[in-house]
This record gives sequence, C-alpha cells and structure tokens, in this order.
Amino acid sequence: MSTVELQNVSRWYGNVVAVNDISMTLQPGVTGLLGPNGAGKTTVLHMMAGFLAPSKGTVTIDGSPTWRNPGIYRELGLVAEREAVHGFLTAYEFVLACAKMQKLPDPAAATRRALELVEMTPAQDRRIDTFSKGMRQRTRVAASLVHEPRVLLLDEPFNGMDPRQRMHMMELLHRLGDQGHTILFSSHILEEVEQLSGLVQVIVAGRLAASGDYRRIRRLMTNRPHVFAVQSSDDRKLAVALIGEKSVSGIEIEATGLTVRASDYGSFTRALPRIALGEGIRLRKLLPSDESLESVFSYLLEA
Amino acid sequence: MSTVAYITARGLFGRRRVLLLLPLPLLLVGLALICRAYDVDPDQWGQAVVVGLGLAVVLPVISLIVGTGVLGSEVDDGTIVHILTKPLARRDIILAKLMVAAGVSALTSAIPLFVAGVLADSVRFGLALVVGAVAGAIAYSALFLLLSLLTRRPVLLGLAYILVWEGLLGRFVSGTRVLSIEQYVITIADKIAPTGMLDGKVSVPVAIVMSVLFAIGGTIYAVNRLGSFSVAGETS
Repeated sequence: MSTVELQNVSRWYGNVVAVNDISMTLQPGVTGLLGPNGAGKTTVLHMMAGFLAPSKGTVTIDGSPTWRNPGIYRELGLVAEREAVHGFLTAYEFVLACAKMQKLPDPAAATRRALELVEMTPAQDRRIDTFSKGMRQRTRVAASLVHEPRVLLLDEPFNGMDPRQRMHMMELLHRLGDQGHTILFSSHILEEVEQLSGLVQVIVAGRLAASGDYRRIRRLMTNRPHVFAVQSSDDRKLAVALIGEKSVSGIEIEATGLTVRASDYGSFTRALPRIALGEGIRLRKLLPSDESLESVFSYLLEA
Repeated sequence: MSTVAYITARGLFGRRRVLLLLPLPLLLVGLALICRAYDVDPDQWGQAVVVGLGLAVVLPVISLIVGTGVLGSEVDDGTIVHILTKPLARRDIILAKLMVAAGVSALTSAIPLFVAGVLADSVRFGLALVVGAVAGAIAYSALFLLLSLLTRRPVLLGLAYILVWEGLLGRFVSGTRVLSIEQYVITIADKIAPTGMLDGKVSVPVAIVMSVLFAIGGTIYAVNRLGSFSVAGETS
C-alpha cells in the first residue's frame, strides 16, 4: 500500500502560476486527474514523478520526497504523455532493458509477465518503430509496470487510442487498482472516465476544483443549467409557451433568436419539440451553446 | 556492459547520424595517403593535415557528434525519461554515457590520426597522436555531455567552442589557450614525440591538469544537473 501526498504544493514558472496550493492524498485504487488543457495536470504529475521541483510545498510517496530521489522509482512507474520510446529496440528488448535497469532478480520473467499483462506478447519481437500508437502505449505501460510498482502515474494514457484499446486499458488499470496499486491517470475528456467508479480530482486553472467520488461530480455536471440557442418561425410566441415549462429557467429574446436557459437538459430537450408542435411553430435551429469543457469545469469550480 | 551503456550504444549506431562519423576520418587518411603517394615532403603537409585537420577538426567534431548524440538526442526526443525513471544513481547514468561517448570518439579519431601520424613521421609520432586523441576525446566528451544538459542547442554551442574559441580566439588571443582542449592534445602529443609539426602553446603540467579538470569537473557538474533534470510541462 502506498500513499502519494501533495501538501500545499505550488509551482510557478516566472510570473505564471501553473499549480496553486494543491493538497491531495492518493490512496490505493484508481484515481482520475481531470481538467481542461493547460490546467496544470501534467505539472502535478511531473512533480509526483520527481521530474519537477515544487516551488512551494512537499510531494511525497510514503513519506519520502520525490524530487532528487531516484530511489522512489523502485515503487513508482510513469507513463509520460510524450510517447517517445527507443524505437530501434523491439518491445521485448525495451521492456527487458527497463527490467534490468530496475535491477530485478529475474528480468526476463518480469518482462514476459509485463508484456503478457498488456497483451503485447504476439508483437514483442517487432521494433517499436513499427507499432501503432495504441501498441506503443501498451509497450510503455508494460515498461513502467515491469517492476510492479506500487504507484503508477499515467499522463493522458487514452490519447489516440481507439475505443476498444481504451476499454482494454481501463480494465487493466482497474485490475491493478483492485490489486492494491495506487494509480493516477490524467485526462481532459470527461467521457473518458465514464467507466471509472473510483475517485476523481478535478484541476481547473492550477487549483483543485473538486475532489471526490466520480458519481457525485458527474451529477453536479449533469444538473448544471444548460444554455441553448433557438430559432423558430415565431420566436416571441415560442418564448411565451416555453416560459410555462418547468425545466426552463430563463429566456432572452434577441434579434437572432432565443437564448434559453434550462435547468435540466433531458426534460427541456424532450419538452421543446412537443411545445413547438402544439403551438404550430416550426423550429429552425437548436444549439446547446455551453457544451465546451471549460464551461463544465468552470461550473464545477463554482459548485 | 551496463544496460544504459548498451541502449546508448544501440541508439548511437542505430541512427543515421552515425554516418556523419565516416567522412572526416576518411578525408584525413585520404589526404595523408595522397601526400605520401606523391612523395610530398612531410614538413610541407604534416602540420596542415595532422594539426589543421586532424586535431583542430576531426577530433573535436567527432567528439561533438558523439558527445551530444549519447545524451542530447535523448533529451531532445524525450526518451531520457525511460532511463531517468529507474532507481539508478545519476552518476552511473552519466558515467555510462561518458564511457560510450569517449570510447567511440577516441576510436573513431585515434585510428585515422595514427595512420596520418605514421605516414607523416613515424610510428612513435602516430602513437603520440593516439595518446593525445584519447585524452582529448575524454575531455571533449565530458564537455559536450555537460552541454547537452545545460542547453537545448548543445551542437550549436559546441561548434561555437570548437570554431570560435579554439579556432579563432585560440590563434590570436593567447589567454584563451588555457581553456582549449585542442592545445592540451597538441602539448601532450608533442611531449611524447617531439617533432617540428606540433607546436604546443601551453605547458605540459597545464595540459595534463586542465584535461583532467575538464573531464572530472564536467562529469561532476553533469551528474548534478541530471539529478535535477526537469521536464517542462507541455500543454498540448
């Protein structure tokens, strides 16, 4: 059992604050690190992995600092976002080299086990150069798992993977989490963590915006007010009819059409066509206008 | 051989960059052979070929290509992360890389220098050049390895050192010679086999002490830099 702990960690580059006073504790199991691009996820991961010194605060794994402490790599595996690998090696050679650098007692057996785990055994004798993105990713995961670290950090591991590979990777992470490994992966796509039942840490603009059970956060996100742009054959008549609908919390009439705020996504989208049909109004446009991730995250920040 | 050295060597010879190591030594041996074949007096070509090409260009440029290739290219493409995320003492990583860099550079430049030395003067002169080249390769490698960790453009900075500091300033400003590896190599080789071709501008103790200083100082500094190697946050 290993615990990764961040205590009041800040990191700045010159005048730019990338990470602002974050404290979190990671326990065994799978944790997702969510946040829009540029929120500071990679900076947090790099500090956990000992590749960046915190400007303030401490980052420790089981009490030992990660910065300037190569010994922690016996307990830590990192799958970085940059998918650079020694392409001139075969998958087997690459993972074996990692096993040897970890000074494992039986590097060959550990290599076979790790490649088996990510289902790369059939392709293990091909040069990494020739691999698809997903295969490369799996090889890198095998390389960082070869020494069976208690902590595994993955930066955007699902980038560029197809849905099947994504599911496979998710299963693998869950299996490892259930076995008592502490696993943290970062992602900027909410849907990616749909199958995730564990804990989520949400980072927005360098701050920890939400932390806790995924379902609670998911509920917060689905219950937020939604804004739609609507155009129809008679905007004013439609506005009158819509304001009587319970799921509608506000309407603005503009030259280009209506801006409708709905408190519940599902009931509004079901009610709108029914109301329009009843009033004999033809709908020309219906556009959810705040579906961007940033708005979802900033809503979370307010919640 | 350590795994780090193995990967480093595979990386060095696996890239097309390794072909860059061929032309210069071939040119050096070729020129010496031509001069010898046409029976030109070694006093006329020896210095130009052995010093002007061999010690001033072949040895430092080969060391630059190899020295920045063993670490700089891994820093560049990010593969260094796979080596750094291992419980290895940073000293062992640097020493393994230095060993490969110095070994390959020494071998690649000492052989043509030996041939040119034999053709120009004697076997003794050739051997003196080999000793000088090995000492030079170690000092240069430590310097260029360190540059790979200090700057994003180690090749450019290394070239500036070779061309501007050693080549240009070394010729006109005598004070710069104390920090010129080329001068140490010339002095060391000249001490072993005195000829009219080599004209050492620094004293033997300076040459030896400074070579050792470059090698050890560069290595220690590089170990320290690698210990606090930071990966800048990339926002895609």
